[in-house]
Amino acid sequence: MTKIKTLADLERIKNEMRSDKDLNGSQDNSENAVRIKVGMGTSGIASGARDVMDFLTEALEKRNIEAVVSQTGDMGYSYAEPTIEVRKPGQKPVVFGYVDVKKADLIIEKYIKLGEEVEGIIPVNYQTIDD
Amino acid sequence: MTNLGGSKMSQHKQIRIALNNCGVIDPENIKEYIARDGYLALGKCLTEMKPEDIIREIKDSGLRGRGGGGFPAGLKWEIAAKNQADQKYVVCNADEGDPGAFMDRSILEGDPHAVLEAMAICGYSMGATKGLIYIRAEYPLAIERLKIAIEQAREFGLLGKNLFGTDFEFDIEIRYGAGAFVCGEETALIHSMEGLRGEPTIKPPYPAESGYFGKPTNVNNVETYANVPIILRKGANWFNKIGTEKSKGTKVFALAGKIKNVGLVEVPMGTTLREVIYEIGGGIENDKKFKAVQTGGPSGGCLTEKHLDTPIDFDNLVQAGSMMGSGGMIVMDEDNCMVSVAKFYLEFTVEESCGKCSPCRIGNKRLYELLDRITQGKGEMEDLKRLRNMSNVIKDTSLCGLGQTSPNPVLSTLDNFYDEYVAHVVDKKCIAGQCKDLMTYFVIEENCVGCTACARVCPVGAITGEKKEVHYINPEICIKCGACEERCKFDAIIVK
Ligand SMILES: Cc1cc2nc3c(=O)[nH]c(=O)nc-3n(C[C@H](O)[C@H](O)[C@H](O)COP(=O)(O)O)c2cc1C
Ligand code: SF4
Ligand code: SF4
Ligand code: SF4
Repeated sequence: MTKIKTLADLERIKNEMRSDKDLNGSQDNSENAVRIKVGMGTSGIASGARDVMDFLTEALEKRNIEAVVSQTGDMGYSYAEPTIEVRKPGQKPVVFGYVDVKKADLIIEKYIKLGEEVEGIIPVNYQTIDD
Repeated sequence: MTNLGGSKMSQHKQIRIALNNCGVIDPENIKEYIARDGYLALGKCLTEMKPEDIIREIKDSGLRGRGGGGFPAGLKWEIAAKNQADQKYVVCNADEGDPGAFMDRSILEGDPHAVLEAMAICGYSMGATKGLIYIRAEYPLAIERLKIAIEQAREFGLLGKNLFGTDFEFDIEIRYGAGAFVCGEETALIHSMEGLRGEPTIKPPYPAESGYFGKPTNVNNVETYANVPIILRKGANWFNKIGTEKSKGTKVFALAGKIKNVGLVEVPMGTTLREVIYEIGGGIENDKKFKAVQTGGPSGGCLTEKHLDTPIDFDNLVQAGSMMGSGGMIVMDEDNCMVSVAKFYLEFTVEESCGKCSPCRIGNKRLYELLDRITQGKGEMEDLKRLRNMSNVIKDTSLCGLGQTSPNPVLSTLDNFYDEYVAHVVDKKCIAGQCKDLMTYFVIEENCVGCTACARVCPVGAITGEKKEVHYINPEICIKCGACEERCKFDAIIVK
């Protein structure tokens, strides 16, 4: 890795990372991938987020669904851990709470594959610095 | 699909500034941080701004310390900048000792680079090249992610020598605390890092004058730092439009206790307690009645119904008899006994007092003993006066912030729940039904079918009664274990 020496160097990495600002810099910038983030702070992990992440990574691959599964920090919803955010191509991200392996399976089969609603959606309840 | 948000942003009660990246980026990938404009503020500061411009910007933003005291961050940086020395230090206080608090842990676990970037900016503005993060060893995941972040930042040339092609250098080390609450106090924290006992010393001198090994040292809290890169990216005038007149920006709270949506929230200063508890927190669990909300941890107080519409900021909370603290917010319902709440915090304080000065070491122990006596039904009215007098003495004569604030939970409950104290002392009753010694188990005659189940589980044979006839609990024998109440299928046993 060459070191960052200028603001332009920084900009280059930024652009490399996000052809689409909303992708939040996942390295795989494929337009067709489903992007899943698993809340892996201490409370998420304590509630089983690691199993959910392993399951999602494996199941999506086995079921031939193009996806990028990554970890992230605490989403703030301790009451509903584990939490995951799912962003289908071209759609707004949706956060699901109370996600155990069974629920994760349901999310793949119903929400990701068929676009059907799955219980446990946590609506966005905050403004970001860019709003 | 139903409306999943995104469009009607303005109606949201929360704004995520310190938590901007938390739960959004992969904290173990520096590129994800950079993709969200990470390190842009550092780059701009180093290549386009003079140290005094940065300090002015932080001052203009109105940012105040989020670790409890609320001291203006820009002013602190300025003092550290003005004190000349061959070496200066930037310290991040990640001790987070309040029971139930996890704001700082979440920030470090979710967005470690924000803190690193802010520390480097602080270093540049005050003329320090070394940063130290003091974190409790009980935070293994936060430590792990910090280590990865520091490693990656070094790899990318964002920590180390010649940052952004300038001759400014800055590097950061992690120091571990054993998790003593008093080590969060900045002078104790510094002594602990120096390898001395983690005991506070009298201020002044403040760390900004004479801190780590006697050098000018800036100590800020994790959340304070997490705001810095964003303030410098968006501008002081963006930040100071959020909040109240004297408290700018947002505050992160860890909502806990008898509330539906336990979790992390970040609200603009000036949001009311009611909005946090009912609109964001979803209200009280099991639709019980709200009784009190505790802020400020062991240094804070319990606020009641009449404070619910108080806009949260540093000054209002102090005026209401509590304090902002670092962000713990514990909601209590009708089942919480307020004397027990005060006792809980005093037990914590007694445990955590470093013992250096007697008002705190001995006084808090006496307070605890009085409270314990009251919860056992052995208190007298005179004790309530003693509690208040002793609290005031401890506040006035303790050496550090721990002792100076430790009686607050006692004073605020005495102020707001005096009747409850009196009930314990005079009527020997605990209205909330929490103080075991003051409770009595009864059989409700109308409900009892005489199934004998209760008598069979009672470990001390306190229950008598013939089959198919009303049973009776002998209060002289009953040890209040609760087994009978649990066993009775007919709701015939209650406790009062
Ligand atoms: C007993 C005691 C415990 C403290 N614990 C913490 C703590 O855990 N974290 C923290 O940031 N500040 C804590 N403080 C406040 C620090 O002394 C100091 O004011 C703070 O770190 C300064 O940073 P800020 O101005 O950014 O808040 C504590 C103070 C006292 C008296
Ligand atoms: S007030 Fe308590 S914690 Fe602070 S120095 Fe005195 S004994 Fe130690
Ligand atoms: S268990 Fe309940 S109903 Fe049965 S005898 Fe005891 S009090 Fe009466
Ligand atoms: S509370 Fe325990 S000791 Fe008292 S009557 Fe019931 S079972 Fe017996």
